[in-house]
Amino acid sequence: MKLNIEGLLVYFPYDYIYPEQYSYMLELKRTLDAKGHGVLEMPSGTGKTISLLSLIVAYQRTYPLEVTKLIYCSRTVPEIEKVVEELRKLMEFYAKETGENSHFLALALSSRKNLCVHPEVSSLRFGKEVDGKCHSLTASYIRSQRQSNPSLSVCHFYEEFDAIGRQVPLPAGIYNLDDLKEFGRRKGWCPYYLARYSIIHANIVVYSYHYLLDPKIADLVSKELAKKSVVVFDEAHNIDNVCIDSMSVNITRRIIDRSQANVETLQTTIQKIKETDAAKLKEEYRRLVEGLKEANVARETDIYLSNPVLPDEILQEAIPGSIRTAEHFVGFMKRFLEYLKSRLRIQHVVQESSPQFLKDIFEKVCIDRKPLRFCAERLRMLLRTLEIADITDFSGITLISNFATLVSTYSKGFTIIIEPFEDKTPTIANPVLHFSCMDPSIAIKPVFERFQSVIITSGTLSPLDIYPRILDFRPVTTASFTMTLARTCLCPLIVGRGNDQVAISSKFETREDFAVIRNYGNLLLELSAIVPDGIVAFFTSYVYMENIVASWYEQGILENIQRNKLIFIETPDAAETSMALEKYQEACENGRGAILLSVARGKVSEGIDFVHHYGRAVIMFGVPYVYTQSRILKARLEYLRDQFQIRENDFLTFDAMRHAAQCVGRAIRGKTDYGLMIFADKRYARADKRGKLPRWIQEHISDGSLNLTIDETIQLSKHFLRQMAQPFRREDQLGLSLLTLDQLQSEEMLQKIAQIAHQA
Amino acid sequence: MAASSEEVLLVLKKVRQRKQDGTLYLMAERIAWSPEGKDRFTVSHLYADIRCQKISPDGKAKIQLQLVLHTGESTTFHFASESTALRDRDAAKDLLQQLLPKFKKKANKELEEKNRMLQEDPVLFQLYKDLVVSQVISAEEFWANRLSMNSVDHSSSKQEVGISAAFLADIRPQTDGCNGLRYNLTSDIIESIFRTYPAVKQKYAENVPHNLTEKDFWTRFFQSHYFHRDRISTGLQDLFSECAKQDEKGLKSMVVQGVKNPLVDLLSLEDKTLDEGYGPAPSTSNTGKSVKENSNSAIIKRFNHHSAMVLAAGLRKQDPFSDQASETSSTDGNSRDSDLFQPPIKKVKLQEAIEYEDLQRGNGQKTVALNLKKSDRYSHGPVPIQNQHYSTSQDIINSVSIIQHEMTSYKPSLTQVMSNSTASSAIVALSPGGVLMQAGTQQAINQMVPSEVQSELKHLYVAAGELLRHFWSCFPVNTPFLEEKVVKMRSNLERFQLTKLCPFQEKVQRQYLSTNLTGHLEEMLQTAYNKFHAWQTRRMLRKT
Repeated sequence: MKLNIEGLLVYFPYDYIYPEQYSYMLELKRTLDAKGHGVLEMPSGTGKTISLLSLIVAYQRTYPLEVTKLIYCSRTVPEIEKVVEELRKLMEFYAKETGENSHFLALALSSRKNLCVHPEVSSLRFGKEVDGKCHSLTASYIRSQRQSNPSLSVCHFYEEFDAIGRQVPLPAGIYNLDDLKEFGRRKGWCPYYLARYSIIHANIVVYSYHYLLDPKIADLVSKELAKKSVVVFDEAHNIDNVCIDSMSVNITRRIIDRSQANVETLQTTIQKIKETDAAKLKEEYRRLVEGLKEANVARETDIYLSNPVLPDEILQEAIPGSIRTAEHFVGFMKRFLEYLKSRLRIQHVVQESSPQFLKDIFEKVCIDRKPLRFCAERLRMLLRTLEIADITDFSGITLISNFATLVSTYSKGFTIIIEPFEDKTPTIANPVLHFSCMDPSIAIKPVFERFQSVIITSGTLSPLDIYPRILDFRPVTTASFTMTLARTCLCPLIVGRGNDQVAISSKFETREDFAVIRNYGNLLLELSAIVPDGIVAFFTSYVYMENIVASWYEQGILENIQRNKLIFIETPDAAETSMALEKYQEACENGRGAILLSVARGKVSEGIDFVHHYGRAVIMFGVPYVYTQSRILKARLEYLRDQFQIRENDFLTFDAMRHAAQCVGRAIRGKTDYGLMIFADKRYARADKRGKLPRWIQEHISDGSLNLTIDETIQLSKHFLRQMAQPFRREDQLGLSLLTLDQLQSEEMLQKIAQIAHQA
Repeated sequence: MAASSEEVLLVLKKVRQRKQDGTLYLMAERIAWSPEGKDRFTVSHLYADIRCQKISPDGKAKIQLQLVLHTGESTTFHFASESTALRDRDAAKDLLQQLLPKFKKKANKELEEKNRMLQEDPVLFQLYKDLVVSQVISAEEFWANRLSMNSVDHSSSKQEVGISAAFLADIRPQTDGCNGLRYNLTSDIIESIFRTYPAVKQKYAENVPHNLTEKDFWTRFFQSHYFHRDRISTGLQDLFSECAKQDEKGLKSMVVQGVKNPLVDLLSLEDKTLDEGYGPAPSTSNTGKSVKENSNSAIIKRFNHHSAMVLAAGLRKQDPFSDQASETSSTDGNSRDSDLFQPPIKKVKLQEAIEYEDLQRGNGQKTVALNLKKSDRYSHGPVPIQNQHYSTSQDIINSVSIIQHEMTSYKPSLTQVMSNSTASSAIVALSPGGVLMQAGTQQAINQMVPSEVQSELKHLYVAAGELLRHFWSCFPVNTPFLEEKVVKMRSNLERFQLTKLCPFQEKVQRQYLSTNLTGHLEEMLQTAYNKFHAWQTRRMLRKT
């Protein structure tokens, strides 16, 4: 249908529309009009992606000078592919309605592992290996060496692309990862570099967060994207963690040992080159003296060593004299490593800030701040000069140099914690230096500053005001949308007690309590008897799940559950869990029914949807608080309190509740779906917890379902499931939660729609 | 009563039943017992009627075998011969053990089949009520030629019963009072174990009966760590340690094989993993894991494996071919260099994932696959056997063009038409209720009688039709069985007329005096009676 969103003609590739989609598009349009940033929370499974795409594409077509590009960031590879498929649907609709082939170019970009077509390289299993192998075939100096020595092997796909691919732009169309590969194979061009090259002029780019948020990658990949772009972060409820992770470094003894080996190799290589080709080193030195920046062209394939510091922080100065010669630099790194080693030789925990660390290093080994800042840049040049082919081996020293650059660049927002041993095993020395980022706004700041509009959206962003605070930006719109429902297809229940009236909670004091574990078991057992097909249960941590499973096994609860359904359990091993997941789906599919025991914050809870019969009930056993004894977390909480005036408890609860909401939200997709959401912990009933759930869940929690016993829960669930099993037709929804174009245009409906969005 | 043609599988003498000595016979389809000195069976049970057999425990003074019937009754045989009692009993037990499951399945299946047919077909159900429940004919007669009719097309698509996930849990050990445990194994459980754990089956085949007796085998099974799922150390002397290893290997190979659905592949979920050393603190190392934690994760592994095996066992039986096919394709699909195989399933899954069924208009009715037994008959339709004159396409084209030509040159001859009034009167006369239509049909029945009478009449027709079908199918009467049947059917028909038709007739007459709704039914019955009468007189003549 064609919609009129405040004067903008929007093509929407479906015959019907949910009211909240319309409302969402309205808010989105206002954000784009204001050229500002927005935070939008919309329930999962209400067609968020297609609404976003429809509106932004329409906007791009109408105002091609205002918005030139859409950068859509998602979290996982399947998500990325889904977005591109939805986009394809939209574009097909455009072609059908307007009768003209659009000149839109949209493409997905992913790592080499997902795009490589080189028969040898792509057969490698791990992303890192693929990257390393690719680098050894395509690095600029390898290719220049080949001109003198044709026996060296290179990647023909890259050579072809380099020779021809740049002149001819990628023809307009929608390219998913597989399409790119197919295109690459046909033309004999490298799909990865083709995609990276094409994002500059593409209208829509879909890729993962890292390409914008991880400065090591962003600098290389996303540097030249236009300012007049709209950036969308979908599934953004964890965006702060992504930001922090990309800037944090951990140094263990193993890494130091590896780095030392790296330094040794460097030294011998330098020695060798000095004997054979001294001119090369002299040339390098000369360039450094002149402060020449490297030519950009050569850098494209040398991705491996990029600067960890954000683009605008990279210094325009020349590299300081003390590390200009190769030997000096190697000596410098040796000294730095020795210093780090000595810091790791401790008996008690040390926590300090970056300036303290710099002061200490200056006092102890006379290393200045300035040369430290250039470590990453200098190492990169050296490795290039030395023409080292397999750069994967140098990950140790790269990490150390990145750390050096980061610690000397940022004086605020980071903390250094040195732990001599793990808390659990105080007898085994395993010193680790954590250099951790406290402030997610550091990594995302350039994104907000550079791009015209940044949209942060997810199914669970409540409470909405916290994201602008911790990411330090000022949105023009913050809105949360509810889900209009013709039938209440979600049923959140809070189970607070067992049938024996013992309160159930995963609170630390009671979590090992026999009665609590038994009650959790009974809850699952009784639900397994009444819920059809799939049940997913989430625990607060892996260790806790292991313990509970073991005691359920001893008590025979699992055996009884097995009478009703098959049991599958998440393990720390991803491959094993994938298999369990597939079998779980198979069991749901063939009608046998199954239970999946899983962990909040685990891989399953983050990336897998349990739609329709794959998840008719989700049980959240306990409140998934993060492990609070960690020093890094404590430091972060302190930082949040001092910098953003966010109380520790508020943040912890917020964090726990967003994960809980994520877990239970996995079961609902669309209004034809239905599912039970069972919060099995007394603490959920409290207003401070409940209030942090997304509105679309909160509004279905009645006062009557706050502190249920297991029996009451079963009764309510039975009732709910029986109701939901009735046939649900389009007519039931139409006019309430599903609109035709005519209905949408009625005055009354527009008023109703205006109430869907709640500004924070 | 003694059907001499029956094959006798086993004869056991000196078997007492109700304190009476006698002989026990196990035959192909039934078990029977005759008292000593008599040549007829006082006890005879079809195997299909037997629910289960029970034996007295070892060491008891009386060596007995009890048969429990589906009806709940039971018969106990006491093996009284002094020297061979135990052996006799075991022989009987073993034979029954082999025979009973076969019949059990058949009986259940038949019952299920009948039940299903009745549930699916309301007309049949009504017929069943009319004829069987009101005892016009017996249930056996009713089903006699129905089951065979239908059994053909359903036998192929019957569903294999899966395995209960908790079958191991169902083997509840009981203490026997003196420091021992007793496990009760049924053939179902054993089958479940074999189906789920082929490794155990293999062991069984290898060791029983040459190395171990059956009993010893299972004793060892229950003693072994294999059965106890939290096993950690498997002793080398354990018979089943190899099974455990095989399981481990199977689990590994399953994991290595990877998953077919790219949306659940956690390994390829993440686009760009952070390099080592970046990101949050690495998870705690595994070195410091205590024994307890190890055993915990072993339990988790076992559960995943067990569930997968149970699931696989259910599928294996169903269609070995497609399973195999999918397995091979899965291995292909996952070796990364041949991702030519991958896109289809991926595409499908992605499409599924982005689909919003309620936002789309009428996305096509779900169609049901045609299940054709003879596809050529479907595509050609019923064709008369004799040669037919087919018109060629040229003929058709020609005739079309001729018609077209005639149409263009058509000129109405206006002088020869009827006048208005004659035309309209002709139409009136030909319309229902008109003069010319009087004789053909009275008013349609649906305008005359209320719907419940109609439906009752319909039932009567169906029931009468069924009975008549039985009746007419007896002709020509050339066997004594048919003779018997035809006589019975006639009485059935009479009973039907008496108990069903007449009351209906009276009821109708009370309400609608004018119409004779049952005339045709009576006519049909009368024809049958006439036929029967003719047949009987002819038979009498022949006899005398």
